Amino acid sequence: MRTMLDRLGAAGSGGRSGQLMRRAMAAVRSKPASVLVYLIIMYLIVQACLTGAEAMGYNWQWYRIPDYLFELTDDGFQWGEISIGLVKTLTLSTQSFLFATFIGLCIALLRLSGLVVGTGIAVVFLEFVRNMPLLVLLYIFYYVLGPIFKFDRYTASVLCLAVFHSALISEIFRAGINAVNVGQWEAAKSIGMSTVQSYRYIILPQSIKFMLPPMTGEAVHLVKSSAIVSVIAVAELTTIGRNIISDTYMSFEIWFTIAAVYMVVTLILSVCVSYLEKRYAVES
Amino acid sequence: MSTKTPIIEIRNIDKFFGTFQALSDVSLTVNTGERVVICGPSGSGKSTLIRCINRLEEHSAGDLVVDGIELTNETKNIRAVRMEVGMVFQQFNLFPHLTVLENLTVGPMRVRKISKAEARERAMKYLDRVHIPEQADKYPAQLSGGQQQRVAIARSLCMEPRIMLFDEPTSALDPEMINEVLDVMVELAGTGMTMVCVTHEMGFARKVADMMVFMEDGKIIETAPPDRFFSNPSSERCRMFLDQILEH
Repeated sequence: MRTMLDRLGAAGSGGRSGQLMRRAMAAVRSKPASVLVYLIIMYLIVQACLTGAEAMGYNWQWYRIPDYLFELTDDGFQWGEISIGLVKTLTLSTQSFLFATFIGLCIALLRLSGLVVGTGIAVVFLEFVRNMPLLVLLYIFYYVLGPIFKFDRYTASVLCLAVFHSALISEIFRAGINAVNVGQWEAAKSIGMSTVQSYRYIILPQSIKFMLPPMTGEAVHLVKSSAIVSVIAVAELTTIGRNIISDTYMSFEIWFTIAAVYMVVTLILSVCVSYLEKRYAVES
Repeated sequence: MSTKTPIIEIRNIDKFFGTFQALSDVSLTVNTGERVVICGPSGSGKSTLIRCINRLEEHSAGDLVVDGIELTNETKNIRAVRMEVGMVFQQFNLFPHLTVLENLTVGPMRVRKISKAEARERAMKYLDRVHIPEQADKYPAQLSGGQQQRVAIARSLCMEPRIMLFDEPTSALDPEMINEVLDVMVELAGTGMTMVCVTHEMGFARKVADMMVFMEDGKIIETAPPDRFFSNPSSERCRMFLDQILEH
């Protein structure tokens, strides 16, 4: 963008018109101008939404939303339904993510083990899971495996999300491990380390910095895809949202709120990880 | 050396990379305390040969016995050999996520299972010996190439090996840093360590080598003590090689 502007400026640099042009460019690049443009665009979008909603005769009831987040009654402070759903989403996501990371690491190590059987198992698992829609996988876990192994809908959800994301995470692990210079393996081996010790003390600590950015993406992805368990009625954020809407018909307010809650969670996640990234940034 | 006990016995080994033969029928015996310098044109199999000694490369045929242990697919044997054989690489290969001190202690603590205090004490002793005790708390990336290579030498020494392998230790260094590394290697030779070095530093070779080995096309062409090797090599090919690298 900047180079394009520069080139435009340079093209018109002959004489007074060129000077005017350059001054105009400088004005466009200045901070207040950018903020102004941003505000105008946002205003137009919001205005368009409001006008549209008005045209369809929508009755906004934003004032009712805070009650679904928390309530102050005679009994004191109480969490609202959305907050309870959020906690459920967070526990569901956290458990799934930890589980997915564990399975993903195992799959990646199998894949890299150099054993024909190990690689075979890993590749079959990966392709099987990666090429199946998440919804179908969820149905398999809930309707097929659930009755067989006697687990409830919550367990089915955790397992389904863990298995689905472990396939993607295993690829992140594999890429991260392969990104470490082969000389590091040789150095670790040459001081007598076993394969396990080499991974533990030398290779994995160095691959963290390669894995953090895609892992953040995966964690955010998992929090969002956890919404799909609403189809088997696990009481997490999205399910709660649907229930409230069926009681109150406040589709706009509730879905906007739910979307905002998801966004807050994933943004917090991103900020935390960028802090971690700085910590693990090591020159190699 | 008055008593000659072989510590590395290489008997008729071959090494193939796919269909390419990197080593063919190589035999070499190194006695305890001996310093062997291997030279030859690039692609002649020098690095492959010393990498076979601690099994970073697997030989395809023949026998290889190091410190009385035969190198086979037996993982236990391989690790036992690697604990007795230190290796210094062309590219240093220090662990970038660990400090200099941690680079030196991780092996003794995890592999030799000695206590942290003992490992640190040992690390400082060897850092002293390579003349950079003041860099202990820095990370490898903060050091110059010569310092990094000296840390790498100290890292190997911390395992208290009986044999040290050097794979072109000065080839990746800026010219003004070569000597600080060679000095450390000469001092190490003075302690009676068994050393096998792949290097083109002929001045160093003349100073410390007990035996010179010249390789070409995966074969050992000439093996001789340095005085004869440099003054009167028996093979024509070796003479040409020496002429080329000693010209300047």
